[in-house]
Amino acid sequence: MWRWLHPYAKPEATYNLLQKLLPWFVALTLVTLVTGVVWGLAFAPGDYQQGDSYRIIFLHVPAAIFSMGAYMGMAIMGAVALIWQIKTAEWSIPAIAPVGAALTIVALLTGAIWGKPMWGTWWVWDARLTSELILLFLYVGVMALYFAFDDARTGAKAAAILSLVGVINLPIIHFSVEWWNTLHQGATITKFERPSIATSMLIPLLICLTGFAFLTVSLVMMRLKNEILRQELHRPWAQQKLEQD
Amino acid sequence: MAFDSFTDFVSMGGYGLYVWLSFFLSFVVLAGVALETLLAKRQLVKKSKQLQQRQQRLARRKASRAAVGDGNESKT
Repeated sequence: MWRWLHPYAKPEATYNLLQKLLPWFVALTLVTLVTGVVWGLAFAPGDYQQGDSYRIIFLHVPAAIFSMGAYMGMAIMGAVALIWQIKTAEWSIPAIAPVGAALTIVALLTGAIWGKPMWGTWWVWDARLTSELILLFLYVGVMALYFAFDDARTGAKAAAILSLVGVINLPIIHFSVEWWNTLHQGATITKFERPSIATSMLIPLLICLTGFAFLTVSLVMMRLKNEILRQELHRPWAQQKLEQD
Repeated sequence: MAFDSFTDFVSMGGYGLYVWLSFFLSFVVLAGVALETLLAKRQLVKKSKQLQQRQQRLARRKASRAAVGDGNESKT
């Protein structure tokens, strides 16, 4: 049943697949992200409590969700790399980590800028904010470990182990707003009941979420392509690919 | 449209600074990652060219030594 997956253990096959899919993902990213942002900024109604400052949500929530989503993906790749020793899985770790770190930075920055007018402060050591900051450090740690060894595969193994250990932080981030009820508000859409947000705001938010999903995947694909070429630079197929662009 | 005029849109009900700053910084960070990735690709193209030139140089040297056949290859 999983036979079709086997050829993609070969880096060249994965590269060719990424090359074929990437333009579509980039196009989908641009369409959804522009639609979502324009809709959120100009067409969604203002909030009855927060006025127009709430429009930061259209960046903040998608960035925060995919900062965790990217981490989950990286940890799964880490598990695959440790269990089946697949090189492409190892190489996807340094492809995902910087993208996840960037999303975490966006979530933290937009949160701080949103916090200033609404909470009266840029930063508090609230559980949600602190655990999200730890997520950033985990990403930085994974990247540092990956490149810290002369032998690339040892580095990949170390980074994979750290990424798996760091998974413990994800439920902490998610449930932090329930376990420690401090300043950060509760979940708006990531819960099982009906979302606590008006449909006229929910639709652009969902479009922004889709846009960030495509953006995350596109950036990871771009970086994974680079990492595959970097690792296979001595092979003729990689040199030929690089000659073409 | 949630705003009556363009000035209204820019001022964001008094929260203009916060809203536009957060959108601007997010763009800078995410576009920065994309740009860095593209620059890294360019660097790889350059590195690959250097590697290929070196391989060709080595191959040429080997070939010319073999053609002369002065036994140099065993001395070094």
